[in-house]
Amino acid sequence: MAQAVAPGKLMGAPLKRKEDPRFITGRGTYVDNIKLPGMVYLAILRSPYAHARIKRIDTNRARSWPGVLAVYTAEDLKRAGVKPMPVAARLPGSKVPERYPLAVDRVRFVGEGVAAVVAVDRYVARDALDLIEVEYEPLPAVVDPEEALKPEAPRLFDDIPDNISFRRQVSAGDVERAFAEADGVVRERLINHRLVPNAMEPRAAVAWYQPGTGDLTLYSTNQNPHIIRSWLISVIDLPEHKVRVIAPDVGGGFGSKIFLYPDEVVAAFASMQLGRPVKWVEDRSENFRATIHGRDHITDFEVAYKRDGTLLGLKVRTYSNLGAYLSQYGQAIAGVLYTAMLHGVYRLPNVSAEVIGVLTNTTPTDAYRGAGRPEAAYLLERVVDRVARELNFDPAEIRRRNFIPPFDSFYKTPLGTVYDSGNYPATLERALELVGYRQLREEQRRLREQGRYIGIGLSTYVEITGLPPTMDGTHIRVHPTGKVEVFTGTHAHGQGHETTFAQLVADQFGISPDDVEVHHGDTGSIPYGSRSAPVGGSATYQAALKVVEKARKVAAHLLEAAEADVEFQGGRFFVRGAPEKGVTFQQVAAAAYNPGRLPPDLEPGLEATAFYSLPSNACPFGAHVAVVEVDPETGQVKLLRYVAVDDCGRVMNPLVVEGQVHGGVAQGIGQALWEYAAYDEQGNLLTGSMLDYALPVASYLPSFETARTETPSPVTPLGVKGVGEAGTIGATQAVVNAVVDALEPFGVKYLNMPLTPERVWRAIRTARLG
Amino acid sequence: MFPATFEYYAPTTLEEALEVLRQNPEAKILAGGHSLIPALKLRLTTPPALVDLRRIPGLAGIRLEGDHLVIGAMTTYYDIQTSDLVRQHVPVLAEATDLVGDLQVRNWGTVGGSLAHSDPAGDYPAIMLALGAEVRARGPQGERTIPIDQFFVGMFTTALQPGEVLTEVRVPVMPPGTGAAYVKFPHPASRYAVVGICAVVTREDNICRQARVAVTGATLQATRATAAEQALQGQPLNPDTIRAAAERAPEGLTIVGDRVFASEEYRTHLVRVLTRRALTAAVEKIR
Amino acid sequence: MVQAPERPLGAAVKRREDPRFITGQGTYVDNLKFVGAVYLAILRSPYAHARIKKIDASRARAHPGVLAVFTGEDLRRDGIGSIPVGWLLPDIRLVPHYPLAVDKARYVGDGVAAVVAADRYTAYDALSLIDVEYEPLPAVVDQEAATKPGAPLVHDEAPNNICFKFVLSGGNVDQAFAEADGVVRQKVINHRVSGSSVEPRAALAVFHPATGELTLYNTNQNPHLIRLLLALTMNYPEHKIRVIAPDVGGGFGTKIYLYPDEVVACYAAMKLGRPVKWVETRSEYLRATIHGRDHITYFEAAYKKDGTITGLKVTTYANLGAYISPFGPLIPTFLYVPMLHGPYKLPNVSAEVYGVFTNTTPADATRGAGRPEATYLLERMVDLVARELNMDPAEVRRRNVLEPFENYQTPMAFVYDSGNYPATLERALELVGYRQLREEQRRLREQGRYIGIGLSTYVEVTGAAPSQIAVSLGAQAGLFESAIVRVHPTGKVTLFTGSHTHGQGHETTFAQAIADQFGIPLDDVEVVHGDTAAIPFGLGTYGSRSTPVGLTAAYVAGQRVLEKAKRIAAHLLEAAEADIVFEGGRFFVRGAPERAVTFQEVALEAYVPRKIPADLELGLEASAFFNPTNFVFPFGTHVAVVEVDPETGQVKLLRYVAVDDVGRVINPMVVDGQVHGGVVHGLGQALWEQVVYDEHGNLLTGTWLDYAMPKAADLPFIETDRLVTPSPANPLGVKGAGETGTIAATPAVVNAVIDALAPFGVRHIDMPLTPERVWRAIRAAQTQR
Repeated sequence: MAQAVAPGKLMGAPLKRKEDPRFITGRGTYVDNIKLPGMVYLAILRSPYAHARIKRIDTNRARSWPGVLAVYTAEDLKRAGVKPMPVAARLPGSKVPERYPLAVDRVRFVGEGVAAVVAVDRYVARDALDLIEVEYEPLPAVVDPEEALKPEAPRLFDDIPDNISFRRQVSAGDVERAFAEADGVVRERLINHRLVPNAMEPRAAVAWYQPGTGDLTLYSTNQNPHIIRSWLISVIDLPEHKVRVIAPDVGGGFGSKIFLYPDEVVAAFASMQLGRPVKWVEDRSENFRATIHGRDHITDFEVAYKRDGTLLGLKVRTYSNLGAYLSQYGQAIAGVLYTAMLHGVYRLPNVSAEVIGVLTNTTPTDAYRGAGRPEAAYLLERVVDRVARELNFDPAEIRRRNFIPPFDSFYKTPLGTVYDSGNYPATLERALELVGYRQLREEQRRLREQGRYIGIGLSTYVEITGLPPTMDGTHIRVHPTGKVEVFTGTHAHGQGHETTFAQLVADQFGISPDDVEVHHGDTGSIPYGSRSAPVGGSATYQAALKVVEKARKVAAHLLEAAEADVEFQGGRFFVRGAPEKGVTFQQVAAAAYNPGRLPPDLEPGLEATAFYSLPSNACPFGAHVAVVEVDPETGQVKLLRYVAVDDCGRVMNPLVVEGQVHGGVAQGIGQALWEYAAYDEQGNLLTGSMLDYALPVASYLPSFETARTETPSPVTPLGVKGVGEAGTIGATQAVVNAVVDALEPFGVKYLNMPLTPERVWRAIRTARLG
Repeated sequence: MFPATFEYYAPTTLEEALEVLRQNPEAKILAGGHSLIPALKLRLTTPPALVDLRRIPGLAGIRLEGDHLVIGAMTTYYDIQTSDLVRQHVPVLAEATDLVGDLQVRNWGTVGGSLAHSDPAGDYPAIMLALGAEVRARGPQGERTIPIDQFFVGMFTTALQPGEVLTEVRVPVMPPGTGAAYVKFPHPASRYAVVGICAVVTREDNICRQARVAVTGATLQATRATAAEQALQGQPLNPDTIRAAAERAPEGLTIVGDRVFASEEYRTHLVRVLTRRALTAAVEKIR
Repeated sequence: MVQAPERPLGAAVKRREDPRFITGQGTYVDNLKFVGAVYLAILRSPYAHARIKKIDASRARAHPGVLAVFTGEDLRRDGIGSIPVGWLLPDIRLVPHYPLAVDKARYVGDGVAAVVAADRYTAYDALSLIDVEYEPLPAVVDQEAATKPGAPLVHDEAPNNICFKFVLSGGNVDQAFAEADGVVRQKVINHRVSGSSVEPRAALAVFHPATGELTLYNTNQNPHLIRLLLALTMNYPEHKIRVIAPDVGGGFGTKIYLYPDEVVACYAAMKLGRPVKWVETRSEYLRATIHGRDHITYFEAAYKKDGTITGLKVTTYANLGAYISPFGPLIPTFLYVPMLHGPYKLPNVSAEVYGVFTNTTPADATRGAGRPEATYLLERMVDLVARELNMDPAEVRRRNVLEPFENYQTPMAFVYDSGNYPATLERALELVGYRQLREEQRRLREQGRYIGIGLSTYVEVTGAAPSQIAVSLGAQAGLFESAIVRVHPTGKVTLFTGSHTHGQGHETTFAQAIADQFGIPLDDVEVVHGDTAAIPFGLGTYGSRSTPVGLTAAYVAGQRVLEKAKRIAAHLLEAAEADIVFEGGRFFVRGAPERAVTFQEVALEAYVPRKIPADLELGLEASAFFNPTNFVFPFGTHVAVVEVDPETGQVKLLRYVAVDDVGRVINPMVVDGQVHGGVVHGLGQALWEQVVYDEHGNLLTGTWLDYAMPKAADLPFIETDRLVTPSPANPLGVKGAGETGTIAATPAVVNAVIDALAPFGVRHIDMPLTPERVWRAIRAAQTQR
């Protein structure tokens, strides 16, 4: 639908999302909407045990079941030359266990694939799973990463004696001296518990191998088709140019759809075996067990501080639970992204940290919205509040005293992470002003006298986006009629690129955003790419510049002027000083495809490709404030207000940014109060359905109050930074700090997430007793 | 190329087939389909039902019965073309079949289908006429034999009654002193005969005892060229008598032309030329 | 199937597309199945010319399974326009061509109404339930008669049914005739033929109501042009339309255009919000898909005693059919007249061409398109002059063909790029054993047997086009070609080409060229074509332009990839870019080939940067739009040997020799295939194929039972040979090979038959040389004596 916005004024305009009408009228095309002639259905038999030896698999009954086309086990895959699953992030000296798409000899977590059935419809396929007889010999399981380190703990892999995949130490400054010179030191253990990403759409795949051409097309729910293709060809024996990966409309990812999973590989394998399209659709309970989980850190910290509140040093030991196998980036989340952010927004000169990546009998963990950065932000913000409590400081004040001062191009932390630009005090003060901090503190005092307990929680954060050297390609094609198609290597599964990138390009060309179609998610038509707004947007911008350059040449010829004298404004090219005699972008496009009107030496056509990779990280930051009230009798927590002030550099579309912040905050609050992937000691997932796993519900949330400051990034041509994760990274500790703050009168200094009523109630009780 | 709706019956006995035909008087018999199916697809004919004889055992096959070669109605061109019995006893039939359609046609088309269809340009009608075959048919009134000379009534029409099924063709074994030849002038597109002449000549001490000459392609249905036959009967067999007889071949025939490929005048000319060539070849083949 | 010859370029590699075709695994439009698809059928006029007084579709609409019935009025009401003309001539009379007839039906097969139903059988059933009240009008089918006063008017806008008159000349014709020793005159009819691709047309239109995206799967040779024409006809934005031409079973020119039926399919899909499939039947194809040729020509040639031909005057009536097909005006003008010099010096030529409307199927390009008509005329002319002077046809050609040249400016228009005509002539005569044949001919005549030897020396124009020239002559679009060469991180390559292959074998030949350029195995290259969503705006495949223009675009893009790759290699090898040499798939510093990086290593670095600096743009791909500086001009000499049965007039082909020069050859096996197919097409017109209408405009050859396609059994083994004169007009030195056979074969056979009948005094017979025609010619000649 056309929206009235003057061309050329599009950057920063609050356009409604072009993609929404198709989603809200139920006309999106998700993988499960794709139906191909002759398509058959795949179902995966999953291990009911967290740890067991597979003694025997008998598939005969299943094979003979009417409607069943094939039953596969790991043996079939290996025989056909299917290789182990790829692991992209491998830290130096780390141990990387081998994993086949289906379990070989041993299962190591509940939900691991053991066998696969292909049948004429999905019901028959599910029926046939029950006919596969697997003889298991159950083995002792271990789910707690700290437990897993004990000598007597069960071993997941014979060649990894201590269950340790990696150990990473980082340090900056002189930590020992810092602690020696400290006025005070606090120690604490923080548990950043395990979460299930829970994208609205579970995973799905349609694999279509055409024996006639030898082409394999994989439709799958993923966030990065090109990377998926690269990983896929490392597992199945097909050359890259014979594999096409399409991510059509995808219902959310939050990181969980970055990865190549065994199920997709099995689908591709089955299609190649049968020469027919094979569809696999994950159900929700499979999604809980077979799709990666996030977070799951146990962290012991010690912090050294001065009486004046300045932080001197931080010692950290973190046990990161990697699950039973390494997902593609599994090691990188805690091993790289987490450690990189251990200074946060603070000067904090001396830091030493050890991260131990541990294998346990649980679902593998990997990037989940924020990925390492929320764990770091959570740690630091809890640390700061803890020190404030020791010194009886106002949490806002102690932050002021430790902030890195404002900088507009590049700050290097002692640990070596480079921030592009930031003004942390500004976002904090703006947030305090918005929430009315002083009045709130007074109200808090007043209410306490009435036996009511409200708490105010602050969270100041910085994060890194763009992550060089990851790159994006964009191809912009202008048609003879001046309509435009944008092919971007980055993928939208909720981010709204079809709108924001159209805005960006329309703005560049001075045309209506309705004249721009954005395509993504098809390796068959799009240059290589993998990232989002900061990178993909920059690539798109660069490609647009190239198009304008070329268009200027054409225009110069049409206007019979020197190229240097031709200006481009509001969709019109004209000779400097003579704006009345101009040619429109559309006229130039028509001429570009009609070489009869071009000089012979000027190549026809009007399109350009650009690849872009950030020279350095783009680092959004912000300050969030949560206000809660706690019922001391039941321990129930009520969110009263939530204020978010974020700085994500230049904004393409405020509506879309708001959406990202709202969603992110809700997800961060979800971890603080409700969401929790809990295992029992045998490794059974206790919260394996949405009946037990509590997702945030709109009615539990206050209406968010958001504001923005704008510190353009020097590393992207547009000055943009990413905003997809800011809310999640900011919110969790804001809520936890608020609750702890509310319970201050009871002497509660410490709580672990999620802040369930019982936990809060127990904390109050023990505090009272103690 | 999309036929109208029709019922499809595939009876497994002749009795069943006759019963279906009784109940569906408008039904058409499917005996290979290389003429019928194109007609259906072009919607030139839209029968309510098809009765496929392919599943009825015993309707196909070639056997020798005394001085007759008995060929089941559902015997394909290919089976006839490659039959030793045919090559031995009625060689002209096998040789002529080499000229019928293409491999696909010969694999599916049947002798019964060809005769019962009475296509004005079909090959077998002329050949069977020249060979003096008989047609056996079964119908509501039981079984009967139809001499081939009474069989072809007009374009696409035969002596078969409604509800009657052609079951077999009885072809006399060629007597000694007899030679036969089929000469065909094919249409470059359809490969049907623009003109086709089959001649069977019996010689006794160089006198023509009997000559049967049949024409296809040039007339509304396959016909004997009686004028030519009579002209040759009792004559010595030499190029002159043959030429003279051939000149008279068109006499008494209603020759029809088309506006694209071959006019009436040209076909008349071809009837003469091809009759001469067929008679000459037939005489050369006398054994 | 893996094939890795030393140098892929020039190797006789088997076609990579064939396994999928011969095992029935191709994906043609009718193989595509969409959930909820419905079927379209078109009601076509049974009259060549009739006023449509009333259309009552109520019975059809009520028929179970019918979703909708549309008429021309419905389409116009919804803003569907007239199908645009792609080539405008000065003073051309434009007439509207609506996807469904509105006031009048103008040829048998003109679309009158459309039915959409749940399945194709129901759709065809429902056609018979549409009641159309026609008022039959007198029809005209002969284009010369159509220009005479009193002839029925096909379009009131066009008096005398003349769409355009085109005049062009070179040299001084009148002087040539004044100074001539002799003049021959002849009327030649180059009759109407059908392109007869093995797959008729088909369309599957899919409209996505929520996104407004329209996808048309369609049998065509040039998806981008179809999209542009579709956007204009439906006035719907171009970027919301995607046109895909999947596997297409032959085109021969008939699938270049946007046809009414495809527009109706798109319209129906948008109205109903459901996928709409339309598949043309063969009998529809013979009526509703364009025809080709159909010239009536009068010519006079002036010659000298020594056999040199000095002047040619031509008047041609070109039958355009009932409407102007998008390139209808181009074929009998710029693709015909400027080629009337042929391979000869022939300095003075003037031509006058009338483009005429008649009540017949619209005519446009079929294989050769204008050049066969010119060549046929010239080769008949040369043989007639030879006959007049009692000279050997080979000798007359020797005396008239141009000497070997590069960039020869013809008197009328074109600059021939390169040629060596005497060489192909002599090679052909040598191959066929010309002298011995003539002796044998003499011997056999004494036995009353009549064999004939027919020569055909030709030059043709391909590689359209230098866009600046084309546009100045009336083209409504440029004629460049586009390509993207995308190198993947593993060094595998996908080529996206604006060319389209529907039998030409690009999936093999284009891959050969790229593999050769990058020094990688053939199987590492994938060729993608036929999808506007994946490929830059391209002009598609026709006029033998794919190799000279399309492949050159790919080659240029490939060179750009190599430049970028060199820059990357320079960093990997820590050397100056200028010192980097690329050979056999390896980059190394000049003089130090032992320390090298492979193409694959460079590709990986381009996406997973380790050594290259941040300021060097990542990725490894390039696109190119190649706009040629000149056309290219393949040439050759063909010889046909026939025997004629004087009694029946039947013609038997004894031998066929083809010597062609198509410049540099990418894959000899593929070129041979093109020559064989082309020759058969040409023989087909000479001996068998003809579209025949009666005087009322009824099509008498409406099925393949009447329209005679050439059959393998009727053909001799074709003896081919090649000479190579590279073209200076493109970096690969290639020319087009898709149409040469068709252009050369027709006159070779006709000349052979007439040569065979010389003893009877026959000097000309119009095609096709059916037995009856030959028989009558002999009879007429004899009675004249």
